[in-house]
Amino acid sequence: MRRVVITGIGTVNALAHDVPGTFAALVAGRSGIGPLGFRDADRLSIRIGAEVRDWDPVVHLPASKLPLYDRVTQYALVAGAEAMAMAGLPAGLGSRGGVILGTAAGGISTWEDSYRAVFAQGKNRVSPLTVPRLMHNAAASHLSIEWGLTGPVFSVSSACASANHAMGLALQQIRVGAADVMLAGGAEAMLCFGGVKAWEGLRVLAPDACRPFSLGRKGMVIGDGAGVLAFEAEDHARARGAVILAEVGGFAMSADAGDIVAPDPVGAAAAMRSALADAGMVAGDIGYINAHGTGTLSNDRSEAAAIRMVFGGNAPPVSSTKAAHGHGIGATGAFEAISSVLALTKGLLPPNLGFDAADPDCALDLVLGAARPAQVRAVMSNAFAFGGLNAVLVLANA
Amino acid sequence: MASRAEIEEAVIAILAKQLLLAPAEVAPDAGIEDLGLDSLGKVEAIFALEERFGISIPFNANEPDQHDFGFASVPEIVAGVARLMAGQG
Repeated sequence: MRRVVITGIGTVNALAHDVPGTFAALVAGRSGIGPLGFRDADRLSIRIGAEVRDWDPVVHLPASKLPLYDRVTQYALVAGAEAMAMAGLPAGLGSRGGVILGTAAGGISTWEDSYRAVFAQGKNRVSPLTVPRLMHNAAASHLSIEWGLTGPVFSVSSACASANHAMGLALQQIRVGAADVMLAGGAEAMLCFGGVKAWEGLRVLAPDACRPFSLGRKGMVIGDGAGVLAFEAEDHARARGAVILAEVGGFAMSADAGDIVAPDPVGAAAAMRSALADAGMVAGDIGYINAHGTGTLSNDRSEAAAIRMVFGGNAPPVSSTKAAHGHGIGATGAFEAISSVLALTKGLLPPNLGFDAADPDCALDLVLGAARPAQVRAVMSNAFAFGGLNAVLVLANA
Repeated sequence: MASRAEIEEAVIAILAKQLLLAPAEVAPDAGIEDLGLDSLGKVEAIFALEERFGISIPFNANEPDQHDFGFASVPEIVAGVARLMAGQG
Protein backbone atom coordinates (compact mmCIF):
# COMPACT_ATOMS: atom_id res chain seq x y z
CA MET A 1 0.00 0.00 0.00
CA ARG A 2 1.40 3.38 -1.00
CA ARG A 3 2.00 6.01 1.64
CA VAL A 4 0.33 9.35 1.08
CA VAL A 5 1.74 12.79 1.86
CA ILE A 6 0.60 16.38 1.68
CA THR A 7 2.69 18.55 -0.62
CA GLY A 8 0.51 21.64 -0.89
CA ILE A 9 -2.29 23.39 0.93
CA GLY A 10 -4.52 26.31 0.03
CA THR A 11 -7.40 28.12 1.63
CA VAL A 12 -9.79 31.04 1.45
CA ASN A 13 -11.68 31.72 4.67
CA ALA A 14 -12.79 34.44 7.03
CA LEU A 15 -9.27 34.84 8.42
CA ALA A 16 -7.47 35.34 5.11
CA HIS A 17 -7.52 34.52 1.43
CA ASP A 18 -4.42 32.32 1.67
CA VAL A 19 -2.45 29.98 3.92
CA PRO A 20 0.17 32.44 5.26
CA GLY A 21 -2.53 34.89 6.35
CA THR A 22 -4.57 32.08 7.88
CA PHE A 23 -1.58 30.72 9.81
CA ALA A 24 -0.74 34.20 11.08
CA ALA A 25 -4.32 34.77 12.25
CA LEU A 26 -4.54 31.35 13.92
CA VAL A 27 -1.26 31.89 15.78
CA ALA A 28 -2.26 35.43 16.78
CA GLY A 29 -5.58 34.17 18.10
CA ARG A 30 -7.59 36.41 15.80
CA SER A 31 -11.21 35.52 15.02
CA GLY A 32 -12.85 35.95 11.62
CA ILE A 33 -16.33 36.15 13.13
CA GLY A 34 -18.21 39.41 12.70
CA PRO A 35 -21.53 40.97 11.69
CA LEU A 36 -23.18 39.47 8.62
CA GLY A 37 -23.22 41.80 5.65
CA PHE A 38 -25.25 40.04 2.97
CA ARG A 39 -28.64 40.97 1.55
CA ASP A 40 -31.55 40.73 4.03
CA ALA A 41 -29.29 39.89 6.98
CA ASP A 42 -31.41 42.37 8.96
CA ARG A 43 -34.30 39.89 8.72
CA LEU A 44 -32.34 37.23 10.62
CA SER A 45 -32.31 36.72 14.37
CA ILE A 46 -28.72 35.43 14.10
CA ARG A 47 -26.55 38.25 12.75
CA ILE A 48 -22.99 36.95 13.06
CA GLY A 49 -20.85 34.67 10.93
CA ALA A 50 -17.35 34.10 9.62
CA GLU A 51 -17.75 35.59 6.16
CA VAL A 52 -14.92 35.78 3.65
CA ARG A 53 -14.13 39.52 3.84
CA ASP A 54 -13.31 41.83 0.96
CA TRP A 55 -13.85 39.12 -1.62
CA ASP A 56 -13.45 40.38 -5.17
CA PRO A 57 -13.38 37.33 -7.45
CA VAL A 58 -12.07 39.35 -10.40
CA VAL A 59 -8.77 39.70 -8.55
CA HIS A 60 -8.32 35.93 -8.63
CA LEU A 61 -10.33 34.54 -11.52
CA PRO A 62 -10.95 35.44 -15.18
CA ALA A 63 -14.02 37.68 -15.53
CA SER A 64 -15.17 35.66 -18.51
CA LYS A 65 -15.57 32.54 -16.33
CA LEU A 66 -17.28 34.15 -13.35
CA PRO A 67 -20.86 33.67 -14.62
CA LEU A 68 -20.20 29.93 -14.20
CA TYR A 69 -18.88 30.14 -10.66
CA ASP A 70 -21.02 30.32 -7.55
CA ARG A 71 -18.98 31.66 -4.62
CA VAL A 72 -18.43 28.10 -3.43
CA THR A 73 -16.60 27.35 -6.68
CA GLN A 74 -14.66 30.61 -6.57
CA TYR A 75 -13.29 29.79 -3.13
CA ALA A 76 -12.38 26.24 -4.19
CA LEU A 77 -10.57 27.39 -7.33
CA VAL A 78 -8.50 29.98 -5.46
CA ALA A 79 -7.63 27.54 -2.65
CA GLY A 80 -6.81 24.86 -5.22
CA ALA A 81 -4.47 27.17 -7.12
CA GLU A 82 -2.59 27.95 -3.91
CA ALA A 83 -2.25 24.24 -3.09
CA MET A 84 -1.03 23.37 -6.61
CA ALA A 85 1.48 26.22 -6.58
CA MET A 86 2.80 25.24 -3.15
CA ALA A 87 3.11 21.63 -4.26
CA GLY A 88 4.91 22.72 -7.43
CA LEU A 89 2.63 20.47 -9.40
CA PRO A 90 2.10 21.17 -13.10
CA ALA A 91 -1.27 21.22 -14.79
CA GLY A 92 -2.15 18.23 -16.92
CA LEU A 93 -1.50 15.23 -14.68
CA GLY A 94 -4.27 13.54 -16.62
CA SER A 95 -5.73 10.30 -15.36
CA ARG A 96 -3.19 10.07 -12.52
CA GLY A 97 -4.75 13.09 -10.85
CA GLY A 98 -8.19 13.67 -9.36
CA VAL A 99 -10.30 15.84 -7.08
CA ILE A 100 -12.61 14.96 -4.19
CA LEU A 101 -14.24 17.90 -2.46
CA GLY A 102 -16.81 18.04 0.30
CA THR A 103 -19.67 20.49 0.42
CA ALA A 104 -22.91 20.50 2.36
CA ALA A 105 -24.88 23.13 0.46
CA GLY A 106 -23.06 23.50 -2.87
CA GLY A 107 -24.19 26.58 -4.75
CA ILE A 108 -26.87 27.58 -2.26
CA SER A 109 -26.70 31.27 -3.21
CA THR A 110 -27.50 30.29 -6.77
CA TRP A 111 -30.56 28.34 -5.57
CA GLU A 112 -31.55 31.40 -3.55
CA ASP A 113 -31.12 33.82 -6.43
CA SER A 114 -33.20 31.67 -8.76
CA TYR A 115 -35.98 31.22 -6.22
CA ARG A 116 -36.05 34.95 -5.58
CA ALA A 117 -36.43 35.49 -9.31
CA VAL A 118 -39.34 33.09 -9.81
CA PHE A 119 -41.12 33.35 -6.45
CA ALA A 120 -40.41 36.79 -5.04
CA GLN A 121 -39.99 38.74 -8.25
CA GLY A 122 -42.54 36.78 -10.26
CA LYS A 123 -40.16 36.17 -13.16
CA ASN A 124 -40.71 33.22 -15.42
CA ARG A 125 -37.12 32.36 -16.22
CA VAL A 126 -33.80 31.98 -14.42
CA SER A 127 -30.22 32.17 -15.62
CA PRO A 128 -29.37 29.36 -18.03
CA LEU A 129 -26.29 28.70 -15.90
CA THR A 130 -28.33 27.98 -12.77
CA VAL A 131 -27.82 24.21 -12.80
CA PRO A 132 -24.09 24.16 -13.60
CA ARG A 133 -23.53 26.79 -10.90
CA LEU A 134 -25.51 25.15 -8.12
CA MET A 135 -24.66 21.47 -8.59
CA HIS A 136 -22.69 20.04 -5.68
CA ASN A 137 -19.91 18.78 -7.95
CA ALA A 138 -19.33 22.17 -9.62
CA ALA A 139 -16.32 23.06 -7.48
CA ALA A 140 -14.66 19.67 -7.92
CA SER A 141 -15.32 19.67 -11.64
CA HIS A 142 -13.96 23.18 -12.19
CA LEU A 143 -10.80 22.23 -10.32
CA SER A 144 -10.42 19.20 -12.59
CA ILE A 145 -10.93 21.39 -15.66
CA GLU A 146 -8.53 24.05 -14.44
CA TRP A 147 -5.73 21.58 -13.72
CA GLY A 148 -6.35 18.88 -16.32
CA LEU A 149 -7.12 16.15 -13.77
CA THR A 150 -9.01 13.36 -15.52
CA GLY A 151 -8.89 10.62 -12.88
CA PRO A 152 -11.30 10.20 -9.93
CA VAL A 153 -13.30 13.44 -9.59
CA PHE A 154 -16.46 13.85 -7.54
CA SER A 155 -18.04 15.60 -4.59
CA VAL A 156 -18.96 14.29 -1.17
CA SER A 157 -21.81 15.59 0.94
CA SER A 158 -22.07 14.55 4.57
CA ALA A 159 -22.90 17.83 6.29
CA CYS A 160 -20.18 18.83 8.75
CA ALA A 161 -18.03 15.78 7.97
CA SER A 162 -17.97 16.34 4.19
CA ALA A 163 -14.37 17.52 3.90
CA ASN A 164 -13.03 14.80 6.17
CA HIS A 165 -14.87 12.17 4.17
CA ALA A 166 -13.50 13.73 0.98
CA MET A 167 -9.93 13.65 2.27
CA GLY A 168 -10.34 10.09 3.53
CA LEU A 169 -11.58 8.92 0.16
CA ALA A 170 -8.75 10.77 -1.59
CA LEU A 171 -6.27 8.99 0.67
CA GLN A 172 -7.82 5.68 -0.31
CA GLN A 173 -7.68 6.47 -4.05
CA ILE A 174 -3.92 7.00 -3.84
CA ARG A 175 -3.33 4.04 -1.53
CA VAL A 176 -4.96 1.64 -3.96
CA GLY A 177 -3.11 3.11 -6.90
CA ALA A 178 -6.04 4.78 -8.66
CA ALA A 179 -4.20 8.13 -8.69
CA ASP A 180 -0.85 9.72 -7.81
CA VAL A 181 -2.20 13.14 -6.86
CA MET A 182 -5.58 14.07 -5.42
CA LEU A 183 -6.81 17.55 -4.61
CA ALA A 184 -8.97 17.02 -1.55
CA GLY A 185 -10.83 19.14 0.98
CA GLY A 186 -14.03 21.08 1.01
CA ALA A 187 -15.79 24.28 0.03
CA GLU A 188 -18.84 26.03 1.41
CA ALA A 189 -20.70 29.30 0.88
CA MET A 190 -23.61 28.83 3.26
CA LEU A 191 -23.68 32.46 4.40
CA CYS A 192 -26.64 33.84 2.50
CA PHE A 193 -30.12 34.67 3.77
CA GLY A 194 -31.66 31.26 3.08
CA GLY A 195 -28.66 29.36 4.39
CA VAL A 196 -28.65 31.10 7.76
CA LYS A 197 -32.46 31.16 7.96
CA ALA A 198 -32.52 27.37 7.67
CA TRP A 199 -29.94 26.93 10.45
CA GLU A 200 -31.71 29.50 12.58
CA GLY A 201 -34.78 27.27 12.61
CA LEU A 202 -32.85 24.50 14.31
CA ARG A 203 -31.98 26.87 17.18
CA VAL A 204 -28.36 25.80 17.39
CA LEU A 205 -26.64 29.00 16.24
CA ALA A 206 -25.00 31.29 18.77
CA PRO A 207 -26.24 34.89 18.69
CA ASP A 208 -23.07 36.35 20.20
CA ALA A 209 -19.89 34.29 19.88
CA CYS A 210 -18.46 30.83 19.28
CA ARG A 211 -17.16 29.35 22.55
CA PRO A 212 -16.10 25.74 22.00
CA PHE A 213 -15.89 23.60 25.16
CA SER A 214 -16.58 26.66 27.35
CA LEU A 215 -19.20 27.06 30.01
CA GLY A 216 -21.85 29.42 28.68
CA ARG A 217 -21.42 28.37 25.05
CA LYS A 218 -24.51 29.10 22.99
CA GLY A 219 -23.93 27.25 19.77
CA MET A 220 -22.16 27.33 16.46
CA VAL A 221 -21.20 30.20 14.18
CA ILE A 222 -21.18 29.44 10.47
CA GLY A 223 -18.13 30.22 8.33
CA ASP A 224 -17.53 30.30 4.57
CA GLY A 225 -14.57 29.42 2.41
CA ALA A 226 -12.59 26.51 1.03
CA GLY A 227 -9.61 24.41 1.95
CA VAL A 228 -7.81 22.30 -0.62
CA LEU A 229 -4.92 19.95 0.14
CA ALA A 230 -2.69 18.32 -2.45
CA PHE A 231 -2.45 14.66 -1.44
CA GLU A 232 0.30 12.82 -3.26
CA ALA A 233 1.75 9.32 -3.27
CA GLU A 234 4.95 9.53 -1.25
CA ASP A 235 7.02 7.81 -3.97
CA HIS A 236 5.67 10.26 -6.56
CA ALA A 237 6.48 13.25 -4.34
CA ARG A 238 9.99 12.01 -3.52
CA ALA A 239 10.75 11.20 -7.15
CA ARG A 240 10.11 14.80 -8.16
CA GLY A 241 11.87 16.24 -5.13
CA ALA A 242 8.76 17.86 -3.69
CA VAL A 243 8.70 19.45 -0.25
CA ILE A 244 6.59 17.21 1.98
CA LEU A 245 4.52 19.02 4.59
CA ALA A 246 3.06 16.03 6.38
CA GLU A 247 1.95 12.46 5.96
CA VAL A 248 -1.71 11.49 5.79
CA GLY A 249 -1.34 8.71 8.32
CA GLY A 250 -4.83 7.33 8.55
CA PHE A 251 -8.52 7.79 8.22
CA ALA A 252 -11.66 6.13 9.45
CA MET A 253 -15.36 6.73 9.45
CA SER A 254 -18.33 5.42 11.36
CA ALA A 255 -22.05 6.04 11.65
CA ASP A 256 -23.96 6.33 14.92
CA ALA A 257 -27.10 4.87 13.35
CA GLY A 258 -28.96 6.56 16.17
CA ASP A 259 -30.32 10.07 16.22
CA ILE A 260 -30.44 12.31 13.12
CA VAL A 261 -28.95 15.28 14.99
CA ALA A 262 -27.82 14.27 18.50
CA PRO A 263 -24.24 12.95 18.57
CA ASP A 264 -23.26 9.67 20.20
CA PRO A 265 -19.82 9.53 21.84
CA VAL A 266 -19.63 5.79 21.14
CA GLY A 267 -19.74 6.37 17.39
CA ALA A 268 -17.24 9.20 17.60
CA ALA A 269 -14.85 7.11 19.69
CA ALA A 270 -15.16 4.21 17.24
CA ALA A 271 -14.04 6.43 14.36
CA MET A 272 -11.15 7.85 16.41
CA ARG A 273 -9.93 4.36 17.39
CA SER A 274 -10.22 3.07 13.83
CA ALA A 275 -8.33 6.08 12.47
CA LEU A 276 -5.49 5.35 14.91
CA ALA A 277 -5.47 1.72 13.81
CA ASP A 278 -5.50 2.73 10.14
CA ALA A 279 -2.47 4.91 10.82
CA GLY A 280 -0.71 2.08 12.66
CA MET A 281 -0.62 4.20 15.79
CA VAL A 282 -1.73 4.07 19.40
CA ALA A 283 -3.40 6.86 21.36
CA GLY A 284 -0.09 7.90 22.92
CA ASP A 285 1.31 8.80 19.49
CA ILE A 286 -1.13 11.69 19.08
CA GLY A 287 0.28 15.00 20.29
CA TYR A 288 -2.65 17.27 19.45
CA ILE A 289 -6.33 16.93 18.62
CA ASN A 290 -8.03 19.49 16.42
CA ALA A 291 -11.52 18.88 17.75
CA HIS A 292 -14.80 19.16 15.92
CA GLY A 293 -15.74 21.48 18.84
CA THR A 294 -18.71 23.28 17.33
CA GLY A 295 -19.61 25.21 20.47
CA THR A 296 -22.97 23.52 20.84
CA LEU A 297 -23.89 22.10 24.20
CA SER A 298 -24.25 18.56 22.94
CA ASN A 299 -21.36 18.23 20.47
CA ASP A 300 -18.73 19.47 22.85
CA ARG A 301 -19.97 17.34 25.73
CA SER A 302 -20.18 14.25 23.52
CA GLU A 303 -16.79 14.86 21.90
CA ALA A 304 -15.08 15.37 25.26
CA ALA A 305 -16.57 12.07 26.40
CA ALA A 306 -15.38 10.34 23.22
CA ILE A 307 -11.85 11.70 23.68
CA ARG A 308 -11.83 10.33 27.25
CA MET A 309 -13.01 6.94 25.96
CA VAL A 310 -10.13 6.75 23.49
CA PHE A 311 -7.33 8.50 25.39
CA GLY A 312 -8.31 7.84 28.99
CA GLY A 313 -6.73 10.31 31.37
CA ASN A 314 -3.84 10.98 29.00
CA ALA A 315 -5.50 12.96 26.25
CA PRO A 316 -3.16 15.30 24.38
CA PRO A 317 -3.80 19.05 24.10
CA VAL A 318 -7.05 19.84 22.31
CA SER A 319 -8.40 22.88 20.53
CA SER A 320 -11.28 23.69 18.28
CA THR A 321 -10.32 26.36 15.74
CA LYS A 322 -13.96 27.03 14.83
CA ALA A 323 -14.07 30.23 16.90
CA ALA A 324 -11.40 31.53 14.49
CA HIS A 325 -12.54 30.36 11.02
CA GLY A 326 -16.13 29.62 11.92
CA HIS A 327 -17.93 26.34 11.34
CA GLY A 328 -17.23 25.83 7.67
CA ILE A 329 -19.79 23.01 7.52
CA GLY A 330 -18.73 21.01 4.43
CA ALA A 331 -15.39 22.83 4.30
CA THR A 332 -14.61 22.79 7.98
CA GLY A 333 -12.58 19.58 7.98
CA ALA A 334 -10.27 21.13 5.40
CA PHE A 335 -9.77 24.30 7.48
CA GLU A 336 -8.96 22.05 10.41
CA ALA A 337 -6.61 19.77 8.49
CA ILE A 338 -4.74 22.91 7.44
CA SER A 339 -4.68 24.06 11.08
CA SER A 340 -3.30 20.62 11.93
CA VAL A 341 -0.57 21.03 9.32
CA LEU A 342 0.30 24.28 11.10
CA ALA A 343 0.68 22.33 14.35
CA LEU A 344 2.91 19.73 12.68
CA THR A 345 5.09 21.98 10.55
CA LYS A 346 5.50 25.04 12.79
CA GLY A 347 5.30 23.31 16.17
CA LEU A 348 2.48 25.61 17.23
CA LEU A 349 -0.89 24.37 18.44
CA PRO A 350 -3.60 26.85 17.39
CA PRO A 351 -5.66 28.19 20.30
CA ASN A 352 -9.28 27.51 21.18
CA LEU A 353 -10.73 31.03 21.10
CA GLY A 354 -13.88 32.31 22.81
CA PHE A 355 -13.27 30.45 26.04
CA ASP A 356 -14.93 31.91 29.14
CA ALA A 357 -14.82 29.29 31.89
CA ALA A 358 -14.20 25.57 32.27
CA ASP A 359 -17.15 23.24 31.76
CA PRO A 360 -16.82 20.16 34.00
CA ASP A 361 -18.45 18.15 31.20
CA CYS A 362 -15.57 19.09 28.89
CA ALA A 363 -12.54 18.41 31.07
CA LEU A 364 -9.75 18.57 28.49
CA ASP A 365 -6.30 20.11 28.21
CA LEU A 366 -7.50 22.95 26.01
CA VAL A 367 -5.05 25.21 24.21
CA LEU A 368 -6.25 28.56 25.51
CA GLY A 369 -5.26 32.15 24.91
CA ALA A 370 -2.30 31.89 22.56
CA ALA A 371 -0.81 29.25 20.31
CA ARG A 372 1.10 26.69 22.37
CA PRO A 373 4.57 25.61 21.24
CA ALA A 374 4.77 21.81 21.06
CA GLN A 375 6.71 19.37 18.95
CA VAL A 376 4.17 16.77 17.95
CA ARG A 377 4.63 13.64 15.88
CA ALA A 378 1.03 13.14 14.91
CA VAL A 379 -2.29 14.93 15.17
CA MET A 380 -5.92 13.88 14.99
CA SER A 381 -8.60 15.96 13.28
CA ASN A 382 -12.21 15.12 14.12
CA ALA A 383 -15.42 15.75 12.21
CA PHE A 384 -18.82 14.63 13.46
CA ALA A 385 -21.82 15.44 11.29
CA PHE A 386 -25.55 15.69 11.66
CA GLY A 387 -26.83 12.38 10.49
CA GLY A 388 -24.54 10.69 13.00
CA LEU A 389 -21.60 10.51 10.58
CA ASN A 390 -18.10 10.51 12.05
CA ALA A 391 -14.91 10.99 10.01
CA VAL A 392 -11.47 11.20 11.60
CA LEU A 393 -8.10 11.94 10.02
CA VAL A 394 -4.66 11.32 11.46
CA LEU A 395 -1.82 13.43 10.06
CA ALA A 396 1.82 12.86 10.94
CA ASN A 397 5.25 14.33 10.48
CA ALA A 398 6.66 13.18 7.19
CA MET B 1 -56.34 37.97 21.58
CA ALA B 2 -56.55 34.31 22.56
CA SER B 3 -57.70 33.49 26.08
CA ARG B 4 -55.47 31.57 28.44
CA ALA B 5 -57.67 28.49 27.96
CA GLU B 6 -57.31 28.75 24.20
CA ILE B 7 -53.54 29.06 24.51
CA GLU B 8 -53.39 26.05 26.81
CA GLU B 9 -55.50 24.02 24.42
CA ALA B 10 -53.26 24.95 21.51
CA VAL B 11 -50.04 24.24 23.44
CA ILE B 12 -51.35 20.83 24.44
CA ALA B 13 -52.49 20.07 20.90
CA ILE B 14 -49.07 21.00 19.49
CA LEU B 15 -47.17 18.98 22.10
CA ALA B 16 -49.50 16.02 21.64
CA LYS B 17 -48.91 16.07 17.89
CA GLN B 18 -45.13 15.96 18.41
CA LEU B 19 -45.48 13.15 20.95
CA LEU B 20 -47.94 11.16 18.84
CA LEU B 21 -50.40 11.28 21.73
CA ALA B 22 -54.03 12.26 22.02
CA PRO B 23 -54.41 15.75 23.56
CA ALA B 24 -56.23 14.17 26.52
CA GLU B 25 -53.02 12.29 27.34
CA VAL B 26 -51.08 15.52 27.93
CA ALA B 27 -51.96 16.84 31.38
CA PRO B 28 -52.31 20.64 31.78
CA ASP B 29 -49.53 20.55 34.39
CA ALA B 30 -47.26 18.08 32.58
CA GLY B 31 -43.47 18.49 32.60
CA ILE B 32 -41.75 18.44 29.21
CA GLU B 33 -39.01 16.01 30.31
CA ASP B 34 -41.64 13.63 31.69
CA LEU B 35 -43.50 13.72 28.40
CA GLY B 36 -40.34 12.52 26.67
CA LEU B 37 -40.11 15.29 24.07
CA ASP B 38 -36.69 15.13 22.39
CA SER B 39 -34.65 18.12 21.21
CA LEU B 40 -35.94 18.09 17.65
CA GLY B 41 -39.51 17.68 18.91
CA LYS B 42 -38.95 20.72 21.07
CA VAL B 43 -37.80 22.97 18.23
CA GLU B 44 -40.65 21.69 16.06
CA ALA B 45 -43.15 22.49 18.81
CA ILE B 46 -41.68 25.98 19.19
CA PHE B 47 -41.96 26.54 15.45
CA ALA B 48 -45.60 25.40 15.55
CA LEU B 49 -46.35 27.76 18.47
CA GLU B 50 -44.76 30.66 16.61
CA GLU B 51 -46.79 29.91 13.49
CA ARG B 52 -50.02 29.38 15.45
CA PHE B 53 -49.80 32.60 17.47
CA GLY B 54 -47.75 34.84 15.19
CA ILE B 55 -45.06 35.31 17.82
CA SER B 56 -41.30 34.90 17.91
CA ILE B 57 -40.06 32.72 20.75
CA PRO B 58 -36.50 33.31 21.95
CA PHE B 59 -35.10 29.80 22.27
CA ASN B 60 -31.59 28.45 21.84
CA ALA B 61 -31.09 24.69 22.18
CA ASN B 62 -27.69 25.35 23.77
CA GLU B 63 -29.05 27.12 26.82
CA PRO B 64 -30.66 24.63 29.18
CA ASP B 65 -31.87 27.43 31.43
CA GLN B 66 -33.73 29.77 29.15
CA HIS B 67 -33.88 33.24 30.58
CA ASP B 68 -36.54 34.57 28.30
CA PHE B 69 -38.89 31.67 27.77
CA GLY B 70 -39.52 28.73 30.08
CA PHE B 71 -40.06 25.44 28.31
CA ALA B 72 -40.01 23.05 31.26
CA SER B 73 -43.76 22.45 31.60
CA VAL B 74 -47.08 23.11 29.94
CA PRO B 75 -47.95 25.97 32.34
CA GLU B 76 -44.56 27.62 31.70
CA ILE B 77 -45.07 27.47 27.95
CA VAL B 78 -48.63 28.79 28.23
CA ALA B 79 -47.44 31.66 30.41
CA GLY B 80 -44.60 32.43 28.00
CA VAL B 81 -46.89 32.47 24.96
CA ALA B 82 -49.41 34.67 26.79
CA ARG B 83 -46.64 37.10 27.77
CA LEU B 84 -45.31 37.31 24.22
CA MET B 85 -48.81 37.88 22.84
CA ALA B 86 -49.53 40.58 25.40
CA GLY B 87 -46.23 42.21 24.46
CA GLN B 88 -47.40 42.43 20.87
CA GLY B 89 -50.66 44.15 21.71
